[in-house]
Amino acid sequence: MKWLRLLYTAVLMVGCVSAMAAGLEAFDFSGNVDENRYKHLIIELRCLVCQNQSLADSDAGLAHDLRREVWELMDQGQSDTQIIEFLVTRYGDFVLYNPPVKPSTYILWYGPFVLLAIGLLVLLRTLKRRGSQTESGFSAEEQERLKQVLGAKKPDRK
Amino acid sequence: MPRFVRYLAPLVAFIALAGLLYKGLSLDPRRVPSPLIDKPAPAFSLPLLQQPETLISNADFKGQVTMFNVWATWCVACRQEHPLLMQLAKQGVRIYGLNYKDERDAAKRWLQMYGDPYLANAFDAEGRTGIDWGVYGTPETFLVDRQGVIRHKHIGPLTTESLKSEILPLLRKLQESDG
Repeated sequence: MKWLRLLYTAVLMVGCVSAMAAGLEAFDFSGNVDENRYKHLIIELRCLVCQNQSLADSDAGLAHDLRREVWELMDQGQSDTQIIEFLVTRYGDFVLYNPPVKPSTYILWYGPFVLLAIGLLVLLRTLKRRGSQTESGFSAEEQERLKQVLGAKKPDRK
Repeated sequence: MPRFVRYLAPLVAFIALAGLLYKGLSLDPRRVPSPLIDKPAPAFSLPLLQQPETLISNADFKGQVTMFNVWATWCVACRQEHPLLMQLAKQGVRIYGLNYKDERDAAKRWLQMYGDPYLANAFDAEGRTGIDWGVYGTPETFLVDRQGVIRHKHIGPLTTESLKSEILPLLRKLQESDG
């Protein structure tokens, strides 16, 4: 059945033609819809057919349809949050390039900081141990002697 | 901290990470889990493929366990799973179709040529119902229970294995649960 999956993938990929060739649809931005807001939003959204392309980049049929949907929802006066919610209820968080902060994504958002904190702790401990070792390595008497030896050597050099 | 714990900790951490990444290797990124599972089927009302003047809606599914298959004549993999749909229909599975972004004549011809496993087909020329159902890669197949709640989504062509391992057992389970 491997070839079946391969064929299926190949068929999906046919939709993934570069956006360079595609160009965006000519939507009317003279009315309700602010072009900048529209463009801003569609680069935040992932095309599910060509998963490493945003809606703005993809020439897949679905991307065309979803761009039309986004434009129409904007035209109806919906906010970005409402439009994103519209897509998330249908396609899941996967449509967002920026994953939302929620319990299942805590590890994604906070994991690196936890690792950083662990690294800092280990570093601090190591430094501290090293510092205390040099201090406790010699007793007061030994340190006195050490100074003498080091101090005594200086005049010898002349 | 005993010495052996200090030496074992990185090893344990490494094994855990390796296990996690290994699991990731076996996941197919093309299978995006649908947020619609266990949610009521999105409402639609569309003309029938065969009789454009008659409307079909998700209310027509209610009361029976239904398979809802998204297909199109331009979809190569749909042709591939078609014999399996024919088999299922013969076994008495209630299959409705969503003819997705297709041409009416081409779709009718297809059903004449290869056989028609569907009780009826909704004709979604613009793909808006497809968007409501979160369709992104035809063919897709949904299982809807008696209450009209989506219980399963299969992305890509049905295969004998997928029928045996997931779909048929679930179908039986849904049919046995009453009410």
